[in-house]
Amino acid sequence: MTDQAAPVTAGSQAAGSFPGNEPPEVLIGYYREMVLIRKFELTADQMYKRAKIGGYCHLNLGEEATVVGLMAALQEKDYLFTNYRDHGYALSRGMDPGRVMAELFGKSTGVAKGRGGSMHLFDTQTRMLGGYGIVGGQLPPATGAALALTFRGKPGPDAEAVMCQMGDGTTNIGAFHESLNIAAIWNLPIVYVIVNNRLGMGTTVEAASGEPLLYKRGASYRMPGERVDGNDVVAVRDAATAALDRARVDRQPGLLEVMSFRLRGHSVVDPARYRSAADVEEAQAADPVPAFRAQLLAAGVFTEEQAVQIEDDATEKVASAVAFADSSPAPTPDELFDFAYATPVANAPQALPGQPAAAREPRL
Amino acid sequence: MPTTSYRQALNDTLRAELTRDENVFLLGEEIGIFEGSYKITAGLLKEFGPERVRDTPIAEEGFVGAAIGAAMLGMRPVVEIMTLNFSLVAIDQIVNHAAKIYGMFGGQTPVPMVIRFPGGGGQQLAATHSQNLEVWYAHVPGLKVVAPSTPADAKALLTAAIRDDDPVIFLENLSLYNTKGEVPDGEQIAEIGKAAVVKEGSDLTVITYSRGTVIALETARQLEDEGISVEVVDLRSLRPLDRETFCASVRKTSRAVVLEDDWLSYGIGAEISASLMEGAFDYLDAPVGRVAAAEVPLPYAKALEVAALPDASDLVRVIREVLDDTSFSR
Ligand SMILES: Cc1ncc(C[n+]2csc(CCOP(=O)(O)OP(=O)(O)O)c2C)c(N)n1
Ligand SMILES: [Mg+2]
Repeated sequence: MTDQAAPVTAGSQAAGSFPGNEPPEVLIGYYREMVLIRKFELTADQMYKRAKIGGYCHLNLGEEATVVGLMAALQEKDYLFTNYRDHGYALSRGMDPGRVMAELFGKSTGVAKGRGGSMHLFDTQTRMLGGYGIVGGQLPPATGAALALTFRGKPGPDAEAVMCQMGDGTTNIGAFHESLNIAAIWNLPIVYVIVNNRLGMGTTVEAASGEPLLYKRGASYRMPGERVDGNDVVAVRDAATAALDRARVDRQPGLLEVMSFRLRGHSVVDPARYRSAADVEEAQAADPVPAFRAQLLAAGVFTEEQAVQIEDDATEKVASAVAFADSSPAPTPDELFDFAYATPVANAPQALPGQPAAAREPRL
Repeated sequence: MPTTSYRQALNDTLRAELTRDENVFLLGEEIGIFEGSYKITAGLLKEFGPERVRDTPIAEEGFVGAAIGAAMLGMRPVVEIMTLNFSLVAIDQIVNHAAKIYGMFGGQTPVPMVIRFPGGGGQQLAATHSQNLEVWYAHVPGLKVVAPSTPADAKALLTAAIRDDDPVIFLENLSLYNTKGEVPDGEQIAEIGKAAVVKEGSDLTVITYSRGTVIALETARQLEDEGISVEVVDLRSLRPLDRETFCASVRKTSRAVVLEDDWLSYGIGAEISASLMEGAFDYLDAPVGRVAAAEVPLPYAKALEVAALPDASDLVRVIREVLDDTSFSR
């Protein structure tokens, strides 16, 4: 571990040899995912303003390279836990955009049947086990998922592993420290990923963290910490892949800090007036989507027409996601108690507001 | 039928479930080498090894949450928290996570786990170590909360809790661990969500749970000699609450007293009284009596502790008051 202010693992993008040995179709695939997330999030923002989406809604705008790089490292057999800023992860993990949008719309066809909303995307098929709205809440369960893996499999290159994503602000809550400690003493196959977008709501990392070099926080648990440029999709993928490999093969838990930017407010309703013009400018200058596009064009990985085609495809996909969500049925009140318990139980409450809890006996 | 202690019944049941299902494992502070703060896990480390009888660091939020995640992947963790009081630092994981994950994610992943801990005061452990906050958990949809009062129920409810696919809070009580009772051999699985009429009577119903059941039964036996016939309902399950059983009992006896270990305001007795208003209003001959803990942080000094906690003499007094209110004559 180095003591530099901001050591950044260089990937092929930064190395000046872009695209290096990266097959064009892989890079194009990353761009396709990044664009899908970008369009999805911009549309979610609109849909929120049209009151199709309720509650809190946090977007991955500006974090597309981070999300796609992380998900490229994660294998199908691995498990993912994230915070509430989860739309991009769900899409990259392979959830159907229509079902993700339907969840945002609170429809029965949503990935969580309309019970969770934007912050709580979940799908056992793609092994994304939530979307968690309580800051730090995902860390203990993710750690326990890694514990379960130690019961059911041996370490090795083909072993399953867990990735647990969080924000920079989350490294200050107790659950972070308890979880990293537990993962360390029990040698759990898990990689904790801090998406450092420099802000927790309006609070900067420096204002909130005794050690603002967040990757160093692993040191308390003898956990390797590493920082990587979150706008470099290949670098993110490689760093995450290496950390996951250590988790698989050596059961060495890891901490990866991914330096990213939040392009907009904390959530769709936040105008982010607390941000300085310079800060906003820096974030916009670093916007990974146009940057990656330009890079791919310059390197001759794709042509302008192909890029436009990818963008049109994404627009099309998101439009049909909206159409699907819009035309999907909303859950009805008779379904209210459907998922009260996994094991049915005597006397489970079924009263609606104003209804008695105990069966009323006829008056004497 | 063999007689055994509440503690031994718990220990035997944990052993039986660890043997039966390889997905069952135990975790908690000092449950292995130390054999548990109250020795409930005695001998289990030796039998099942450190993976399945897993000592944790002092990190309730971390290890309760880890149990949740393990349960989401199909394990069946049984967590021991030293006492109810320490569950408060894990309450985010219990209330915001264990209780929510099945329903909030649309029924995709059950969370089959048990969290065991003793509640109760009376051991001069002072305010932070003597609480009865079971109603905090009983308030929360998504949890099941059971509170056995006998060794037989300890066995049958723990077995049911471990085999249940939902998070179950399993409330023990410090003063019950050494109590003895008959425990049937072989597999016993209680039905969660059902109360039991543990003693029949005709004049008044005492509704209670956990330690209170022992006190109520003892009191009922004493009053029997005076010609007062007390029925005792042991709730056994605080969530779901079996209102039908205690309402039916009160429709028969027309009088009710709740004996609860928690604080009076907003407590279990309040919920039961309200339920009786709905389910037995016309049958009640007197207001429902409530015997609960005095509302102070429990003091250390013995005289103050005794004054604050509900006991048999308080119960007898309130039973007499309710009977007198209704010109009861034996
Ligand atoms: C325990 C808890 N406290 C406060 C909040 C409110 N809150 C939601 S997001 C957030 C900031 C988190 O910042 P960070 O971890 O950096 O994630 P980011 O939003 O930047 O992705 C806060 C304080 C919460 N959801 N949970
Ligand atoms: Mg942040």
